[in-house]
This record gives sequence, structure tokens and C-alpha cells, in this order.
Amino acid sequence: MNDSATVVHEEHSHEHHDSSLQHHFATYEQQMDAGKIGMWLFLATEILLFGGLFVGFGLMQAKFPEAFVEAHHHLDKNLGFLNTVVLLISSFTMVMAVHCAKTEQRRKVLVYLLITLACAAIFLGVKYFEYEHKFHEGLLPGKFYSHVGDTVPHQFVFFSFYFMMTGLHGLHILGGMAAITWIFFRAKRGDFNHKYYTPIDLVGLYWHLVDLIWIYLFPLLYLIS
Amino acid sequence: MANHPATQAIHTPVKEDVSVNYITSPKGLKSWLTTLDHKRIGIMYLWAVLGAFLLGGIFALLIRIELLTPKETIMTAETYNKVFTLHGVIMVFLFIIPSIPAALGNFVLPLMLGAKDVAFPRLNLASYYIYVVGALFGVTAMVTGGVDTGWTFYTPYSTTTNGQVSMMVMAAFILGFSSIFTGINFIATIHKLRAPGMGWFQMPLFVWGMYSTAIIQVLATPVLGITLVLLMLERSFGIGIFDPAIGGDPVLFQHFFWFYSHPAVYIMIVPGMAIISEVIPTFSKKTIFGYKAIAFSSVAIALVGFLVWGHHLFVSGQSSLASVIFSFLTFLVAIPSGVKVFNWLATMYRGSISLEAPMLYAISFLLLFSIGGLTGIFLGALSVDIHLTDTYFVVAHFHYVMMGGTVIAFLAGLHYWWPKMFGRMYNEKLARIGCGLVFVGFNMTFFTQFILGSRGMPRRYYNYLDQFQPLHAFSTVGSWVLGAGLFLTAGYLLASLRKPYDAPRNPWGGRTFEWETQSPPITGNFDFDPVLLHGPYDYRPERKG
Amino acid sequence: MSETTLTNTHDSHDANAPKIYAAVLGVLLILTFITVAASKVQFGSGMVNVVIALTIATIKASLVALFFMHLIHDKPMNSIILVTSFAFLGVFMGLCYTDQATRGDLKPLGLKVKPPVVAGAPGAAPVGAPVAVPGTAPATAPHH
Repeated sequence: MNDSATVVHEEHSHEHHDSSLQHHFATYEQQMDAGKIGMWLFLATEILLFGGLFVGFGLMQAKFPEAFVEAHHHLDKNLGFLNTVVLLISSFTMVMAVHCAKTEQRRKVLVYLLITLACAAIFLGVKYFEYEHKFHEGLLPGKFYSHVGDTVPHQFVFFSFYFMMTGLHGLHILGGMAAITWIFFRAKRGDFNHKYYTPIDLVGLYWHLVDLIWIYLFPLLYLIS
Repeated sequence: MANHPATQAIHTPVKEDVSVNYITSPKGLKSWLTTLDHKRIGIMYLWAVLGAFLLGGIFALLIRIELLTPKETIMTAETYNKVFTLHGVIMVFLFIIPSIPAALGNFVLPLMLGAKDVAFPRLNLASYYIYVVGALFGVTAMVTGGVDTGWTFYTPYSTTTNGQVSMMVMAAFILGFSSIFTGINFIATIHKLRAPGMGWFQMPLFVWGMYSTAIIQVLATPVLGITLVLLMLERSFGIGIFDPAIGGDPVLFQHFFWFYSHPAVYIMIVPGMAIISEVIPTFSKKTIFGYKAIAFSSVAIALVGFLVWGHHLFVSGQSSLASVIFSFLTFLVAIPSGVKVFNWLATMYRGSISLEAPMLYAISFLLLFSIGGLTGIFLGALSVDIHLTDTYFVVAHFHYVMMGGTVIAFLAGLHYWWPKMFGRMYNEKLARIGCGLVFVGFNMTFFTQFILGSRGMPRRYYNYLDQFQPLHAFSTVGSWVLGAGLFLTAGYLLASLRKPYDAPRNPWGGRTFEWETQSPPITGNFDFDPVLLHGPYDYRPERKG
Repeated sequence: MSETTLTNTHDSHDANAPKIYAAVLGVLLILTFITVAASKVQFGSGMVNVVIALTIATIKASLVALFFMHLIHDKPMNSIILVTSFAFLGVFMGLCYTDQATRGDLKPLGLKVKPPVVAGAPGAAPVGAPVAVPGTAPATAPHH
């Protein structure tokens, strides 16, 4: 604080802060806390949204246990595993991006965000590959199911849930990629500093939730016994 | 204390200049459509929900006219099915759910907290436009063929019938997001934007009610969203979850639907209770009795409300074990509701009560909600419910809660805060007459239906046995009295807008923050920095000096 | 001054943060391996496998929430929101499952089907309606 250069730096970022502090908040801390509560509430709604599908899946699995076990053999465990690893790594790079924003390592923020985006793209690429395989074999949801040679009926219900759950999750990945791209450009513009990095923190929270949902989806869909 | 604005407003009749306020500045339609001011968004919501109320009300009058005679009166059976469906969908999703939180709550909540705005103003505006888009979907579904499923969209009928079910379901899905965003905004606002000195137990009870409502909005609405998506997919793809023809379970739809829709009943009634908790102490000039009991009972209703949805499934094939559990849990809701009613009565006891329109509505609420709540206990009892399921008794019960409770409370709140919102006093005499007509008309319409239901008149029927006609006709006449009361109310409220500003800051002598700023308030809400100096219901004699 | 001290404590925490994050990632990857390995072994009934898989998933989810989502250092409110959402999901799942698992359980309670009550029996509507049991009214009420 005694160093004059620091003072100038502080002055500069203060001016900057004033434009990023909305008029109805008194302090940055208040603004950040409010943002975090808002984001966590939104994540709670996401958990209950996906939760509805999990409940439906669980009850239908209890109703048709053999069909679900039989159907899940069509999924590629190795690809599911690969995607789990990719998403976990992306969560790590995301939290590192938040950390670097907080400690004002601006170049690193951009690098970590790019790696996160790349992981998301790999995840979707693998998913595309898996979907194409299913389409090819007629393993489709509901009335479009046309797989031949089934010994157990009602396998289409499994694929209804497979596509709904991974599809909704995939949409969230796409949304996350859009959000990460947005904060990438804001970070590049130099919007963030140790006092104001709320947006990147909030996008991080969202991204981790997408990961967290996959953590449950993977064993439920790919590893039923 | 002498300089405190509230004190000043009560004791000095000097007119202040309120020409600069949130309504007039900035000017122009564009400034309204892009506004981030919670007050303007609240007002835009108010006109929207009142429009929905008018539309839903017209459908209600049409239903009653059709039921005037046992045979066809003015419409065919198919039209009748669509009309009662639209009445239900519009009233539930477009009117009651957003009415108190999004319209009145948006306006009043930040003022009550002494805040400049809600935590996320842009999200607030987004919520409004999502509501508008949802409403447009609903109207489109209505004019392009309508829906005849009833507002509950039960499968398998809803997955097999023609008509615009998917479009209407899409509308409800979109409206859900609007409700979620309001809820998120309110919780964050209440946590982070209370004025200095305002702890959790110095908040007005209206804020506690909004908080409890917001919890339900955030936790329940997403499940409705996924349920409606599943219904749409079942209709178009046959995913096999709800349709019994392909192995699905229609009872599961009812579980999914009521996991949201029963808590949604509390999204509707808890805000009503919240308004009553403000009006009664203000017009009794007495500290609220049992502040903490009322505050916690709101939260308790919100939480227990999540455990009772299965009481809608008693005769749908749900297991008897589940029915017994749900019936027992249902009785628990009566406890916090009873706590509230007793506390309101105790607040009025030996208060100096003045019977202005908001208080008249509040007293009407006490009577009507008590009837609605107690008949709910009958219906929650398994054996009685078997007898009464799908009869007019159920119709009467939920109208006593939804209309006699929520709508009457909404009217209480509208009259209570009207001077604050628009800066004008309405005609008090006409307001009292209007309230009387609404009260009498309501009871004529719906008390009759308790009798009809207990005698076996099934709900949603187009034709009925001749012996039910006298009661049906009486109910229909009641709906006209009720309608007349509401049109009168609309008339004098709108007429007041033509007058110059004449409302003082604090026309009722309230003690909460919103009465300390000018009427109508300025854009930033307060011309001073609000600091809490007294509790929300401190009606002890003013200290001098 | 208070702000400076606040920043300082944050700094000391921040210095270690990358190491902690990396360690958490390592544990998450190991747990993923264990999940896959465990799925290849049949432990008694299939139920045991499901419980093992979901337990590991919950441990992983908790690690993500506590460290990557900062809940361990955060204000308790955010943790309350997360736990509440899972609790209500549990209520939803639990009560739905209770119903499904006990569906059609009327017989074990020992109820016998009695012949239907004749119209006009005590308890019927005083107006002398032909409606015997209003709960079943749709059957006797006219449809047209």
C-alpha cells in the first residue's frame, strides 16, 4: 500500500469497479453474495429438473428391470468412461480459470478457459459418435425404436430415457460452452480483477453442476447390473 | 424523530409535490418496455394478470350460464370442455400464481426492505417477458383449437386427445420459468438487500410470506417443467412413461404433476396470507400477535406442502399405504394454517379496528379461508374423500381457498397499496359496496356448490339431473352478483386514475418502509437512506422528541 | 484495513488452491476407475452394485461441490440450498417409489368386497336422489 505504483493501480481499478458495481448494491461483497445465492438457486432448479428424469428412470427401471439391463449392453462403457474423464478434467481447468481470475493471472485465465472449451467439444464429439451408432442400429426413443432381434420387450423405454437424459445434459453442455465463450471475451477485454470476477465464478458453478450431473448419469446409464 | 418522513406525513396535511415519480420519469413507452425498475415491472405484471383475470372470469361466467339448465344452454358439450379447461389454465397459470408475488410483491417487496431494487433487475424484466411469451403461447393454443383436458392434463386422455395440448403445455412450461425467476430474485433480495438494522425478525410478515412462496417456486416449478416436457414427448414420440397402452404408468403422471401442483396451491395461498398479515395489524392499530409464529408457519406451510401431493390420488389407483401416508401428512398442513388464523384473530382482539376496504377484504378472507381450509380437512380424510372425489364439493373447496382466499387477499392488497402504487385514493364508499357484492356473490356461487357436491353432483359435467337445477341456478345468479362486484371495483379503481395525485405518504398509518416514501415513489424508491428505527408493527403511542 | 487483512487471508488460501484442485482431480479420476471396476464384479444381488455405484457417485459429487464449487469456504446458505434441493428430490423419489412398490396392496389389509349398497338405503341423499354413493355418481349421472 505504501508503494506509489500500487496506489495508482488501486485507483485505476477503483474507477473500473464503479462501473461493474450495480447501483442498488452498496458493496462488491454484497453484489457477489447475491449473485452466488442466485446462481445456487438456479442450480437447485436444475437439480430438480434433472431429478424428475432420474425419478422417472428409477421407477421405470424398477418396472422393467430385465429390459433395462438388456438395453444398457448396447452402450459403450469405454466411451462413457472417456467422457467422464474429459468432463472431470474440464471441471479442473474451469476452477483453475476462476482461481487465476481471482489472482489476476489474466493470460492463464484465457488458457484454462480454452482448455475447458476444448474438453466440452471433445465430450460432444464423443457423444455424437455414440448417438450415430445408436441411430444406425435403430436404438431410438419411443415409437422410433426399430432394433431387431430383441429378446426382452420394453427396451425402447430405456432408450427414451437415455436420449432424454443425455440430450438434456448435452444441451446444458452447449449452454455452458456459450457462457464460457462469453466470459472468455470478457476476460480478454480485461473486465475481471481480484475484486470483481463474479461472472466467471458463476459460470464455473454452472459448469461444475453439469459435471456433477454426469457423475450420476454415467453409472446409472452405462453400468446397470 | 420529528423529522422522520413518516411522522411528518401523518401530522402535516401540507401537500408535497410528487409530480416527479417512477410513473412519470422517464417518459415514453420505450422507457417502460425496457425498464429495470421493480415498480414498473410490478405494474406491467399487474395489468397483465388483471387482463388474464378478466379473460378467465368471462370463461367462468360462461360456464355458469351453461349450467343454468340441465341440458344444453348456450354451448355444445365439446365447447364446454374447452371453456372449463381454459378457465382453469388461465386462472391458475396466468392469474393466481403471478398475481400476488409478481405484481404486488414486485412492487412492494423492495420498498418494504428499504432497498432500491430487487437483486437482479434484468432477470426481473426477463421474467416478465417470459410471462408474456408464455401467455402468447396459451392464447395461440386457445384460438387454434383449444384444449379439452382440464387444467391438470391427465394422461392417458391428454396423450390421445386431439387439440392443442402440446401448445398449451408449452405455454405452462414457459410460464414456469417466469415464476422460477421471480422466486430466485426474491430469495436473493431478501437475503442481501435488507436495510441497515433490519434483521430477519424485523422484516414485515409480507416478506416472510414472499420468502416461503419463493422457496416453493424454486423447488417445485422445475418438476412441472420436466413433467410437461415428458408429456409433450409422450404425445409426439411415445416414450413409454405415462401411456398405459405402451407400458407406461398414468398414475406416475399424477405424481409428477401434483408434486408441483400441490405446492403450487401454496404458491397461491401463502402470498394471500402474507397480505392479510399486513392489513390486519394496520387496520387494528395493534402490534401483530405472534410475529414469529406467523413467520415460521409460512415456512412450515411451504415445506410441509411438499409432502402431501398424494391426496389428489386417493382414488386413482395409488397404493393404499401411500394414501394413508399422504392423508396423515395432509392433516399436518392444518396446523400452521390454524396458527395463522388464531394469530390474526388475536391481533384484532381489542384493537381499534377501522373498517376500510382493505380491512373488509381481510375479514372476508378470514371467513372464507376458514371455510376453504376446514373443508380441505374433510377432503384429506381418506374415507370422506372417496365419497366426495370429483364432485362439486371439491370445486367449492378449492374456490373457497383460491378465490375466497387468494383473490380476496389480492383485492385486499390491491386496495391497501393502490394509493402507494398510483398516488390516488379510490372512492371508499364504492369500495365498501364492491366488497359487499363480492362477498355475497362469492358465497352464493360457491357455498351452493358444497351442497351440490355432497349430494353427488359430479364436477366437469355438462348435463346433470333435474333435481340439481335450483341449486345450479342459484349458483349462477351468485356468479352475476360476484361479477357485478368485480366490475364495480374495476370501475372505481380505474376512475381514480383520472384524478390528480391526492394520496398522502401514509394513508392508513402503516409502520413499514413503503409508507415512508412518497406516493407514488420516486425511481430510486427513497429520497432518504432507509434505516430501520422501529419494528414493522410498532403501534404503541408515538414517542415524542 | 479490514479489507487488507481479508485479502491477505484469501491470498494464503489462494496460494495452495491449485495443489488442492489437482489433488481433488486425482481422487475423482481414481474413483471413476473404481466405479467401472466395481461394475464388472457381481456383488450378490444387483441392488448392492447400484448402491456401490451411487455411493461412489455421491462421494465424487461431494468433492466437486466442496472444492471446485468452493462450498467448503463459502457462506453456509449456498450449501443449504444444495442440500435442500437434494432433500426434496429425495422426498419426491421416496414417496413415488413407496407408491409403486406397494401398488395393489388392498388385499393384504383383509378387506372383503361387499355387495353394492342399494339406492335409498340410510345415508342416501334426503331428496331421494337415485344416486346411491356420490363417489360413484358418474356411473348413474346422465352423460347427455
